[in-house]
Amino acid sequence: MSAVRAWLLTDIPQSRRQAQCQRLFLAWLVFRRNGSAVAGIAIVATLVAGALLAPWITGSAGVTPDLGNRLHAPGLAHWFGTDELGRDIFDRVMWGSRITLYIVGLVSVIVVPIGLAIGVVAGYVGGWVDSALMRLTDVFLAFPRLILALAFVAALGPGLENAVLAIALTSWSPYARIARAEALTLRRSDFILAARSQGIPHLQIIVSHVAPMCISSVIVRLTLDMAGIILTAAGLGFLGLGAQPPTPEWGAMIALGREYLLDQWWVPAFPGIAILVVSLGFNLLGDGLRDVLDPKSRD
Amino acid sequence: MIGSQLQQGRSSLLGHVPRRIAGTALSLVLTFVGLTAVTFVIARVMPADPVLAIVGDRAHQDVYDAVYRELGLDQPMLVQYLRYLGQLFAGDLGVSIMTAQPVLDDLLRFFPATLELATVATLLGVFAGVPLGVLAAVRQGRWADHLVRVVGLFGYSVPVFWLGMLALFVFYAKLGWVAGPGRIDIFYEGMVEPVTGLILVDSALAREWDIFRNAIGHLVLPAAILGIHSFAYLARMTRHFMLEQLGQEYILTARVKGVPEGAVIWRHAFRNVLVQLITIVGLTYASLLEGSVLTETVFAWPGIGQYITSSLFNNDMNAVLGGTIVVGTCFVAINMGSDLLYRLVDPRVR
Repeated sequence: MSAVRAWLLTDIPQSRRQAQCQRLFLAWLVFRRNGSAVAGIAIVATLVAGALLAPWITGSAGVTPDLGNRLHAPGLAHWFGTDELGRDIFDRVMWGSRITLYIVGLVSVIVVPIGLAIGVVAGYVGGWVDSALMRLTDVFLAFPRLILALAFVAALGPGLENAVLAIALTSWSPYARIARAEALTLRRSDFILAARSQGIPHLQIIVSHVAPMCISSVIVRLTLDMAGIILTAAGLGFLGLGAQPPTPEWGAMIALGREYLLDQWWVPAFPGIAILVVSLGFNLLGDGLRDVLDPKSRD
Repeated sequence: MIGSQLQQGRSSLLGHVPRRIAGTALSLVLTFVGLTAVTFVIARVMPADPVLAIVGDRAHQDVYDAVYRELGLDQPMLVQYLRYLGQLFAGDLGVSIMTAQPVLDDLLRFFPATLELATVATLLGVFAGVPLGVLAAVRQGRWADHLVRVVGLFGYSVPVFWLGMLALFVFYAKLGWVAGPGRIDIFYEGMVEPVTGLILVDSALAREWDIFRNAIGHLVLPAAILGIHSFAYLARMTRHFMLEQLGQEYILTARVKGVPEGAVIWRHAFRNVLVQLITIVGLTYASLLEGSVLTETVFAWPGIGQYITSSLFNNDMNAVLGGTIVVGTCFVAINMGSDLLYRLVDPRVR
């Protein structure tokens, strides 16, 4: 153990790989001291674990009705109780974590490449390309997100994928801004000049030298935005515009449980708590990551 | 030398103002064009066949062709878009299928409810968030600071529609402290002459204090729930700005001169923070105006958000897009307005 630690903390790294590992380890040491960030990563890890292990830790897929077991209160047999169709709410919340992860993953996969591409090109090329792309970004930045998502869903039809698409189309602009700011400072740096003087084409410089340097700030911002994405998706689900029943999406579960709030509080309560805890986890993690990667912004 | 620099600074500052206004106006126009382009795409391009949506699939070919030409679908896309813009500027948002009324009239009826809700929510957020943010900055690292942080994190993370349901359950169903869903008791419905459409203002104008109190009872809970997010945001930003100011040298100077701590905080530091808060308050106000959709659904609040969602379920595209444009325009205008105000008030912004 201590040999590994010494290897990770030595002053003169012997190889490139060792230096990279050291950098990660040092970041982790800073990160570990930040209590709320560790809480955040624990919550997110639990979410991922719950999603992965759902088939083994649940008794059912939470979709088939079991009318003999309607609206049981939370107890040993059903930890979170059962809903209006006799489905186990714990099972549904666990399977729902897969949908939450799916939403989060899909939005990131769409939003990050768009934002990076536009921002890096604008910052690296500069000139009128920069002004044009940034005007476009400003236009999207000024759009009302939820209302536009509603309009998109209205045109495309309700459904999980359409909700995700609607969220993604309205939320790539902050990443473009961040990537541009990073690219602006990078384009004048010596290693880019060196790459250029070696005759490496611009496209390759952008893809393999500039873009990777912008990713860390984009990821911090993405983590901070995760809670907002989860809340918007849950909101669309609650309105009946996202995932459709019987899919155990947390927002849709709250909408279905609304009628039972007065007498069977557990039906809408647990999915809501799940959303709250997961968004809290992402917020804590995002704050922690920002502190580690960008110590200047700490106050 | 310093004098000439000052002179230069001042003239360039004055020279900047019209340019800034022109810049903001340009972005406003561009954003509006973008917004209408998006709604245009949603309305005219994305549906498989807008004509079928109107005439139905059993219509005769002649009828179909007539409607096709009437909608201008035989024209190039750009011409169609310009026609669409022309209609918008004439205030023609089409007719709602659901209410069989012009969408604009509908929106004018539903908008005041949203405006009232979002305004009161923003006021609650400002009057709770800003002082708490100042407190957190002054007591940095102590329990008040931690409390503000925890409350702020909660406000960022909680789904408002869920919290609204719980709040209705606790404060209305169990404790009976507030009135239930809707803007006003059915008993009072239609008893005040709608002058502004804002019930609080109308009932105060008519000196109907019972109605005024009843409306407040209905308003306070949804406004508080809607205001939670802006409260969290404002508290966090105020704390951040205050810490920035309190670390400056002029604060040290004031303290060394023996200015009382209260005056240092409120008269020196906070005054500079106030300018920065303008943009933040504008941003939250705009986002509450659009964010009220979920709160309105939970509290059966007859506002624009509920109008849009119920139209959506009835496939009433004119109403949905009309609502999108009105809310979107307000959103853009408030954002740009606060940005402009900030630039005019704060000479340091270049």
